[in-house]
This record gives sequence, C-alpha cells and structure tokens, in this order.
Amino acid sequence: MKVKGKAWKFGDHINTDDIIAARYLNTTDVSELASHCMETIYPDFSKKINPGDIIVAGENFGCGSSREHAPIAIKGCGVSVVIAKSFARIFFRNSINIGLPIIETPFVDKIAQNDVLEVDFDSGIIINLNSGEQGNFVKYPKFLQQIIESGGLMQWVKEKYIK
Amino acid sequence: MTITEKILAQHACLEEVFPGEFIEANVDLVLANDVTGPLAIEEFEKSGAKNVFNPDKIVLVPDHFTPCKDIKSAEMVKILRDFAKRHGTKFYEIGKVGIEHALLPEEGLIHAGDLIIGADSHTCTYGAVGAFSTGVGSTDVAAAFVTGKVWLKVPPTIKFIYNGKPLRFVGGKDIILYTIAKIGVDGARYKAMEFTGETIRYLSMDERFTICNMAIEAGGKSGIIEPDDITEEYLLLVAKNKGKFNRSDRDAKYEEIIEIQVDKIPPQVAAPHLPSNSKDVREFSNVRIDQVVIGSCTNGRISDLRKAAQIAKGRSVHPDVRTIIIPATQKVYHQALREGLIDVFIQAGCVISPPSCGPCLGGHMGVLAKGEVALATTNRNFIGRMGHPESYVYLSNPEVAMASAIRGRIVHPEEVMR
Ligand code: SF4
Repeated sequence: MKVKGKAWKFGDHINTDDIIAARYLNTTDVSELASHCMETIYPDFSKKINPGDIIVAGENFGCGSSREHAPIAIKGCGVSVVIAKSFARIFFRNSINIGLPIIETPFVDKIAQNDVLEVDFDSGIIINLNSGEQGNFVKYPKFLQQIIESGGLMQWVKEKYIK
Repeated sequence: MTITEKILAQHACLEEVFPGEFIEANVDLVLANDVTGPLAIEEFEKSGAKNVFNPDKIVLVPDHFTPCKDIKSAEMVKILRDFAKRHGTKFYEIGKVGIEHALLPEEGLIHAGDLIIGADSHTCTYGAVGAFSTGVGSTDVAAAFVTGKVWLKVPPTIKFIYNGKPLRFVGGKDIILYTIAKIGVDGARYKAMEFTGETIRYLSMDERFTICNMAIEAGGKSGIIEPDDITEEYLLLVAKNKGKFNRSDRDAKYEEIIEIQVDKIPPQVAAPHLPSNSKDVREFSNVRIDQVVIGSCTNGRISDLRKAAQIAKGRSVHPDVRTIIIPATQKVYHQALREGLIDVFIQAGCVISPPSCGPCLGGHMGVLAKGEVALATTNRNFIGRMGHPESYVYLSNPEVAMASAIRGRIVHPEEVMR
C-alpha cells in the first residue's frame, strides 16, 4: 500500500483534547467528529485539508484520554496516515484497531509544513518529494500486521471468533 | 519477573513473558463508560456477535455526563442501559452510579492479581491493589466483549523507590505530581510504573489509588503497587476475596530504577497546561482563582473529603471562588453526610454535586468561561480541559484546594491552619 499527500505539521504532546475536544464527545457521528478535528489548536483544520493529506507531529502524539473519537476524527477528515516521532500508547492501539495507519519515525525532522510525501507501507520508506530526501520506518510486527490486514480489530475478531 | 510480567503471564497462560512481546491475555473485567461505551456497543453489534463472553465481567458506568446534561448524553446512556438489559451485564443507574475508578474497587469488583481493561485512560487506577489494569479504546472493549481477551504488548517496567515519611499536607497526589514533573508527561510511555519503597507503608489505599490513577499522566501503560497487609484488609472488606498476591522477584529486570526522597517534598501544584508543570505550592502564591473543584477519580474519595473538610471547618470560602465538591460515589457521599462533612462544606459556602465526572473534562457542573482560573484536585490541566480554550486549570491535593478556596488564591494549607 502506498499513499501520497501534503504534510500538516504539529508539535510535541498533541493531546486528545487538542484532536477532539471533550465537548464534542456526546456523539459518535464520524462526519461531525471530523468537522471539529484539531479545532482547538488549528481552527478550520478540517476544512483546509484534502483527502490523503498527512499529519506529521513530534513526540507523544495522541496523549491524554482513551477516546477513540480522536483517531476516528482524524480518519474522518481523510487523513491517510499520521507520522510522528512517537505516539501515546492508547492512541497507538486505537489507530491500529480502527485501521488508521500510523508511523513512528525520527524522519519527522526532515519534513516541513506543506511538503508532499509519499509513504510506502510495504517497503517501510517515506519520500519527501519536495526535498528528495528519503527515510525508513519500522514495519508493524506480524501480530499487528494481521489485524491491519483484516481491516481492523473487529474484522479480525469476526474472522477468528464469529465467522 | 516483575509483578506486572507475572500477572500478564498468568493471564496469557504462559510460563514467562518478556517486555516487547505481543500476547493475547484473558481479562477478568471489562469497563466502558457513557463516552466510550456506545462506540464499543456499536462495534459489537456490527460484528454480528450474539452474546457477550461473560456478562458478569462487563461493567458499564455512565459517569461522565450524568445526570444527563443534554439530549445527546441521554441517548448515549440509553445505549448502555439497553445493552446491559439485553445482555445482563453490570450497569450502574443514577442513584447507584459513581465515578468508575472509585466505584469499581468500592463495589468489590477488583482483586489483586486481576487483569482489567477499560475504555478510559485512568483505568490504570486499579494497580493500587496489585492488579494489572490499563486503559484501552472502544474497539478493544468491543473485541473483549466477544472474546474475553485483549492483545497487549508486554511493557518494560520502571521501578520507583520512595523513601521517607510524607510531610503534613502531603499525600499521594503530591508524590505522583512530583514524580511526573521529574520524568515528564511521556517519561513512562508504554511502560509499567512500579511504585515501591518504605513510603508506601505510610499510604492508605485512597492515597495509593491516587498515585496509580495518574500513571497515565506520565504516559504509563499501568501503575502498580505490590499488595501488603493494608491491601489485604481493604480487599477483604470490600470484595470479601483478596485475589492473588504477586511480588516482583529479587532478580526482576527493570528498565530503570528511580529513587525519590519523599520527606522533602512540599505540597505540589501543577500549572497549566501539563501535569508535569508541578512545583512547590509556594511558587504560586500570587495566582488568584475563580473556581475550586474537589472531586474526580483522582481525589474524590472519603479521605480526600475528610482532608478538605478539616481545612474548611469553621471557615468560609472566599466570596469570589465558586467551590464545587463532588463526592466520587454515592457511598462516599453518604459517608461524608454521616460524618458531618457535607455540613461543613455547605456552611463554608461550597456547593455539592452528585457523583459525576462533571467539570473534570469540561462536561458540565462547573465549566469555565474565557480567562477563568480553576484549582482542581483532578488529574489533567490540558488546554480547554475544564471549559473555554482560554481558561486555566491548576492541579493540587484536596487540602491545598480547600485552603486556596478560602483565601481566593493558591496557598499552602499551613497559611490557613496556623
Ligand atoms: S473524573 Fe475525570 S479523569 Fe476521572 S474518569 Fe471522570 S473525566 Fe476521567
């Protein structure tokens, strides 16, 4: 799988309240959640991004609460992948579980706002098409690969337990 | 092996586990609330599963926006209620409900050695009784509803050794805030935090719950305290059955060992907008406050209210400070009433809220306006956490919170209790 999109850069410790504020948690509607994505720290983010665009962030992205609304809001905006130096652990597992691809790599430092990136999940390579620079990332362990290949945790459970 | 590795190995039916290993483990209890539960239920229904793995091991707690603050939250709670009726899972109705992480131990649902997952980040609270517990997402919970299992990556452990007796007006909250300031909000990311040392002996179960509750604020996957006779007495009282006591082996491997001298730590206050911005309370003496909140899964237990009442007794809160007391559960509320604490609070000019998360996450019952400043005994002071994106939340223990409510600015409780 390959994706291509424009980078939207964020700093360290972007928390789940930044991604989707608690006052919007009284719904599970994807498009409504998506419309408030990043609103606290980046008003109109959801209107400005194009499908396929990429969130690029620093350390500990998605820290804070366990709300799955956060990766859902991001995926709902059409973001194709989130690249960060590191992720908070619940955000990490929520993303895998709902099928939002995420990548951990220090290559973040070589990416500027609006750079166009190409990400190849099979080879574990990111190319910055503006600078021509290329970075690697560690592919998912086999266990997670299975979940992702099934299309998320529930799909995997369905195949294994429900049929 | 560490205590965490032992519990994980037992639940994965393995002899041994190693940090970094992916396991599928059996769960003893699965928790969801009114924010995360509806999503989990939706996923469960979409999967086509007919039955849950075991209704007695599923607990649904509508605590965040209850008593329901608007139509949407009422609909969310209804989803939980209907699901619980259909599948026979546990569900706590208004009148019985309390904040999940105070409620579950009190209801005797948590035992030492258990493996508990919850779709709420502060599920790590139960490590206080020597259980492995961790926050997960709604989909994890939906999957566990079906399978009774969860996928986990075995975390490496950081061992904290606390020495010395805490000073007056210093408790679990100060110890954990101090620790988070020391290692940072991602200092324990993906890791288990094992809290040990002679100081633990001085800490009641309530203090221990407070410490483990905030492991997630350092990025931790879990926090855990080896059970001792204080744990045993508590568990026999609330749960009748203490569960399985595990201990870390002498040769257990730790990623890091951090020693902290507790007898020098003053009461702590964490400045906006991170729990790691924690310092000596005296450094904030010029901070005026508009609101004080004493409650939450961190500090809304009976001993927290006792401490706050001790300060409030015979005094009045500052006329400019709205002081909101939120007993974490009905039992805490009732006990506070019997002990006369509620009287003390009302006479001091505080308002008492029914058990709810309420303003902790900016939901209701005390949301902040633009520019306002609150001091809260909660666990998070992120931007906009308690209301307007341009409001400010400071965190402290209940004594500092009440003393500050009285003075109208952040003060050391000594200033009031002289
Ligand atoms: S009291 Fe606050 S931190 Fe605790 S469960 Fe409720 S919202 Fe979360």
